[in-house]
Amino acid sequence: MEIKNAVAGTLESGDIMVQIAPANSEGIHIDLDSSVAAQFGGQIRKVITETLEGLNVHDVDIKATDKGALDCTIRARVTAAVVRATGKDVWSD
Amino acid sequence: MKDRLRRTMMFIPGNNPGMMQDAYIYKPDSIMLDLEDSVTMAEKDAARLLVYNALKTIDYQGVEMVVRINPLNTPYGKKDVEAVVKAGVEVIRMPKTETADEVRELEAEIIKWETELGCVGRTLIMAAIESAQGVINAYEIATASDRMMGIALGAEDYSANLKTNRTPGGAELLLARETIVVAARAAGIACFDTVFSNLDDMDTFRAEVELIKTLGFDGKSIINPKQIPVVNEVFVPTEKQIEKSKGIIAAIREAEKNHSGVISYKGKMVDRPVVLRAQRTIDLALAAGVITKEDLQ
Repeated sequence: MEIKNAVAGTLESGDIMVQIAPANSEGIHIDLDSSVAAQFGGQIRKVITETLEGLNVHDVDIKATDKGALDCTIRARVTAAVVRATGKDVWSD
Repeated sequence: MKDRLRRTMMFIPGNNPGMMQDAYIYKPDSIMLDLEDSVTMAEKDAARLLVYNALKTIDYQGVEMVVRINPLNTPYGKKDVEAVVKAGVEVIRMPKTETADEVRELEAEIIKWETELGCVGRTLIMAAIESAQGVINAYEIATASDRMMGIALGAEDYSANLKTNRTPGGAELLLARETIVVAARAAGIACFDTVFSNLDDMDTFRAEVELIKTLGFDGKSIINPKQIPVVNEVFVPTEKQIEKSKGIIAAIREAEKNHSGVISYKGKMVDRPVVLRAQRTIDLALAAGVITKEDLQ
């Protein structure tokens, strides 16, 4: 699956900005910036990784700037970034 | 649930996760996540995913969840329906509804996804009436489907369509408001008034809520939590109304106990409209917390 540079989300409270780019090497690489990284960094990375794998995306660079997003918001923003990066929607056309 | 208390329906932009996750804390009767006017075209895709995931995940603590979709004749409308039906939304709000056929078109789209999911009949519809054409067709719209839960006035588009402006007294909206209430009551569904946007003018807001309550509306669309207590206060029944309603409800129970078909209260026969009004008064009083269920024992 071809990946282009794309972004979804905002820097507002409760949101997460997810930037996606083609991977420089194999695998999912996540650069996470979050004020709650110490407590929730592992969980945020897990949700991002699971969402990407669920969309069959395995080689990608992610820059995530978290502003206290819930898991459902992280899933939504990662999915939106993938849809924009691949041009393939998750809904029927 | 078709019949429930709906004094306040709080609008939340569908692309604002912070507001979406906190909205239920303020205890509106319904929350309307918006995919239409508050979301730019560039963010329609992201907002749809956000609303879908929020509905699937967040526990809204019994608050009724409504989503305003984009019109079906836009590139977004049908995808919105797919997303929110799959997420299990309770009510879909159609914007800018002008004809009964538009309601039936939405219903067909809902049925398509409900059939795939095995949950036909789950999703209710409400229609926003925002044009002269919509007001003329209000009753046909209100009765277009068994799924119709309510109709609402969208005053900004409506007043622009009438070639007039909004005024504090709302004279320009009177015919539309009365038509919508009458159509909703004739159809046996709910009706909601339009939003009031000036958050600095709470006195005019209160006056507007008092007006729409008098006209017969079930509730009001709101845009900020600070409007909720004002609406709830206006919709709280007076002590006298509550006492009378409690007496009528007690008379009904007594008649049921005695297997009597005739209900009387203080020497007067009680007919169905009086019973319905008493029940609504009790529902409002319970919701406002001025009486408890124990008070009705």
